[in-house]
Amino acid sequence: MRIDPVTLWTILGMAAVTYFTRIAGVVFAGRLALSGRAKAAFEAIPPAVLVAVIAPTALATGWPETAAAAITTLAALRLPLLATIAVGVASVVALRGLA
Amino acid sequence: VAGGRNLSALLRSTDARDGLRDIAPVMIAAVPIGMLFGAIATSKGLSVAEVALMSTLVFAGGAQFAAIEMWSTPVPVAAILFSTLLVNARHVLMGASLAPKTRGFSGPQRALGFFFLTDEAWALAERRALEKTVTPAYWFACAAVLPASWIGSSIAGAFVGAFLGDPKRFGADFAFTALFIGLVAGFNKGRITAATVAASGGTAALVHVTAGPPWHVLAGALAGIAAAYLAAPSAPPAEDA
Repeated sequence: MRIDPVTLWTILGMAAVTYFTRIAGVVFAGRLALSGRAKAAFEAIPPAVLVAVIAPTALATGWPETAAAAITTLAALRLPLLATIAVGVASVVALRGLA
Repeated sequence: VAGGRNLSALLRSTDARDGLRDIAPVMIAAVPIGMLFGAIATSKGLSVAEVALMSTLVFAGGAQFAAIEMWSTPVPVAAILFSTLLVNARHVLMGASLAPKTRGFSGPQRALGFFFLTDEAWALAERRALEKTVTPAYWFACAAVLPASWIGSSIAGAFVGAFLGDPKRFGADFAFTALFIGLVAGFNKGRITAATVAASGGTAALVHVTAGPPWHVLAGALAGIAAAYLAAPSAPPAEDA
């Protein structure tokens, strides 16, 4: 079980930075009182962030991934989470086979 | 609220059962992704112990994949820490959004509980908050159980990575994407959400191709938030909360 000192410090630094981001929102949140458009913008944070994370895979990798993402979206509007994942994985494998 | 005497009651509560039920599919979906992470990390020269340590202390898949992508000798520590900050900057927005929904938490419950903040647990808690209160029992059952899957599968991937072959053959690399699409669908509120998704997806893909990672996350998120601001009526209907 080898742990390199530089690797250890890098990991500890990553952990500290990550915890800061996790707790910072809670600390600042007390100062936010939102309504109207600002509230709509704030409520859009969840889908906006989640979509941004997957956009490169879904939209900028190849047509099989983009088509599979479209099929997965249709599945997601009708099926529970685990079934949605199964549909997504199965469709990307099938479409890559065609590519 | 809670003192120690309430702990066992918390764990037996329906809130805790709901949390476990909600996180279960996420824990399954995390297994191929964790294994993929462990396999790539060891291929970059990390030991099994280092993989386990990173998955335990950092516990943030996106940032970990970005760090491993940049990993070389000597380790570019500053670049990796900056990338970690950018990829995880979304946590600030997520925490700010979730904070008013976790008012029942004590100080220590928050300090410990938000260590376990992930995209998935947060999305589930936000969805829960639409209908019910997010209690400490729900949050800890949901968020603090996920590391078991992530750490375990990272270690397994680090051990067996070399024998798995190309994860793309099994579509395992797409499980994460499918999971996020499923989570986004849970937030669907019609026109405003459609505008958010289109702006965020289009901007993030464009920035990923031009400026490269990790900027696409920040740019896409901001574009999606701006789109929701513009799509929303400037004078909201009364009592629409």
